[in-house]
Amino acid sequence: MQKIITLFALIFLSIPVFSQENLEEVKVVKKRKGIQKSFTVTGNTSLITSKELLKAACCNLAESFETNPSIDVNFSDALTGTKQIKMLGLTSPYLMITEENVPSVRGASQAYGLSFTPGTWVESIQITKGAGSVVNGYESISGQINTELLKPLNDIPFFLNAYGSTDSRFELNTHFNKKINEDWATSLFVHGNTRVSKMDRNQDGFLDNPLGKQINLINRWQYACAENGWVSFITFKYMNDEKQTGELNFDPKTDKGKTNYWGSEINTERMDVSTKVGYVFKDMPYQSIGFQNAFNSHDQQSYFGLNQYNIKQSSYYSNLIFNSIINNTMNKFAAGLNFTYDKYQEFVNVNDYSRIDNSVGAFFEYTYDNADDFSVILGGRVDNHNRLGTFLTPRLHVRYNPWENGVLRFSAGRGKRSANIFAENQPLFASSRIFDILDTNGKIYGLNPEIAWNYGLSFLQKFSLFGKSADIGFDFYRTDFQNQAVVDVMQSPQQVVFYNLNGKSVANSLQLEFNYEIFNHFNFRSAYKFYDVRTDYLSGNYQKPLQAKHRFFGNLEYETHIGEKGKQWKFDYTFNWIGQQQLPNTASNPINDRLPEFSQSYSLMNAQITRTFSSTFEMYIGGENIGNYTQEKAILGSENPFGSTFDASIVYAPVFGQMYYAGLRFKIK
Amino acid sequence: MKNIILILLVSFLGFGAQAQEKKNKNAKYVTEVNGNCEQCQKRIQKAAYSVAGVKSAIWDIETHQLSLILNEEKTSSLDVKKAIAKVGHDTDEVKATKEDYDNLHSCCLYERK
Repeated sequence: MQKIITLFALIFLSIPVFSQENLEEVKVVKKRKGIQKSFTVTGNTSLITSKELLKAACCNLAESFETNPSIDVNFSDALTGTKQIKMLGLTSPYLMITEENVPSVRGASQAYGLSFTPGTWVESIQITKGAGSVVNGYESISGQINTELLKPLNDIPFFLNAYGSTDSRFELNTHFNKKINEDWATSLFVHGNTRVSKMDRNQDGFLDNPLGKQINLINRWQYACAENGWVSFITFKYMNDEKQTGELNFDPKTDKGKTNYWGSEINTERMDVSTKVGYVFKDMPYQSIGFQNAFNSHDQQSYFGLNQYNIKQSSYYSNLIFNSIINNTMNKFAAGLNFTYDKYQEFVNVNDYSRIDNSVGAFFEYTYDNADDFSVILGGRVDNHNRLGTFLTPRLHVRYNPWENGVLRFSAGRGKRSANIFAENQPLFASSRIFDILDTNGKIYGLNPEIAWNYGLSFLQKFSLFGKSADIGFDFYRTDFQNQAVVDVMQSPQQVVFYNLNGKSVANSLQLEFNYEIFNHFNFRSAYKFYDVRTDYLSGNYQKPLQAKHRFFGNLEYETHIGEKGKQWKFDYTFNWIGQQQLPNTASNPINDRLPEFSQSYSLMNAQITRTFSSTFEMYIGGENIGNYTQEKAILGSENPFGSTFDASIVYAPVFGQMYYAGLRFKIK
Repeated sequence: MKNIILILLVSFLGFGAQAQEKKNKNAKYVTEVNGNCEQCQKRIQKAAYSVAGVKSAIWDIETHQLSLILNEEKTSSLDVKKAIAKVGHDTDEVKATKEDYDNLHSCCLYERK
């Protein structure tokens, strides 16, 4: 605790130094919304701008969705402290997560990948519900999240962000940017974060949050020349992340691989190199060609108690795309080729699951837009994959504006993927569960590929209420699995069983949304979400464990007028109500280690105040889980971590309780 | 892989070069079209697109400038102006008939020059 206070003091003492450098500059910035929804785009896409990302602690991409109703942020296990996200009631493996349209969180990085992109690097995030575009691949099932990073050519020369919180996490982000000439610019971002002290508020003998440190670097080069039509990006990234968790007394040096104390370490090293080249044809601004290449190596070395898990993935991704028109710009098309290569070196205890996956594919996407009230995107692709076979992926998106300020959308599409059952379910290693795979004939750990169809319908209407703008929307999505790699924790508390779906598995989601500007600069956002995610398990049909059927979301935002030199106050408050959740079956455990069939409903509140002192300097303080709701029993069988009832993977509510944070942002423009 | 791109690029660049020897397949024009609002914009662009050979038509509400890209083998800027005048909007060369002008929605009744 003392360490924390010292660090806090250091951060705040450094503030006066910065504020003296404030530049006297006033810039008139048009007020724009944090979440933008279009009435003319064909897909059900909302755009989260960097403004929205400043409304919450947002240390990394996983935490960027707290103020957005389309995505549910869940709590991961008590051990790794990594937040998982869900969309339409399905976890991130069923989402296509891309960074500047190159698939980023996939395979080995599925469990922690989102926490490897610092929040300050992000320029904007596009969230598309339902079937995605065929251009990015065949894997997306319930939606797509694309992150755009800050671009060197329009970035500011220097940015600094420091952050500290009462859960003893500290972050420092520094951005440097340089324009070399009219056409070239480069930037270097350095991110570091650490959690320094052991905390056990619930006194179960286990850390509530993992100790950790991460260093994360990115260097990008951007070239853009309007005269000759060429654009290019070259990006280098390096990341090293270390986490340690488990019992308070656990010391990796003496206790690793032994049963003195239970502990876990997860060390990840990642390197990325990617290039992008684009050319816009002279005299034909509607015709272009683009070529993307990405290489990455992701190496995770970890153990969870006596469970060893190591995975190294080396990947190469390549995408060639040609965009043009048929007759006129009302009829556009994109056509291209994809190539993917993944080499996995995966070891689960003594079992070697190493393999090589590769695929080639061709896609064609046609867009008709009558430049008025109707547009349709019809896409298809053919892929050949060494494990998934040769298959077609059709996708359809339709948009119609029946009247002014109203938009009706429909989408349908098929997705297919191979489930990385170990990488995606890593939290389960932190339990005494035995991993059993019942099928042996499939090509992916003995299992067959997952195939699902997704259909969606949405409507959004903007109107004026008492002279202020409001909008109301609803959407309904259904995901129908033809096959699924079922993760069954309903069978026994000592076992997790994987098998091919035998029966039905569907995810229905309904969202009602109402947003209103109550008075100038005071906005209200609300959403009710209903999820019916059911799967036929061996022991019967159940709601998906750890998924609430009902959720309510509310957000209030108030800003003062921007005063002299850009002075401003911003207030933000988010409320989440999470209904009952089905819990994994623990009925056969001794009575002390049993959980009820359903968790209780609860609510969470977050708030943040931002004070902008000038256009170059601001500070913020905030709190998460202000109501201090915590899960009663964070770890089952914590008294005997090497016993048969130990389970740290059942997390349906925050483990840590209330957390307060403060930070500052300083810019040189 | 690099070779493929080179070939692709060369072949696409080649198309452009050939086209310029004959009539321009991607001729650019910017011309003023009189109008007011978003509804006008939709009407003007729709009329321009109805002419075969028009590849791109963007009318700017503020500046009243219509940017065209058209295939000169199939059409000319005059043909486009005629089509636009027919739906009620004046251009420099072709004016709309009084009847067509009067048929416009009330908010689209721009000031005639």
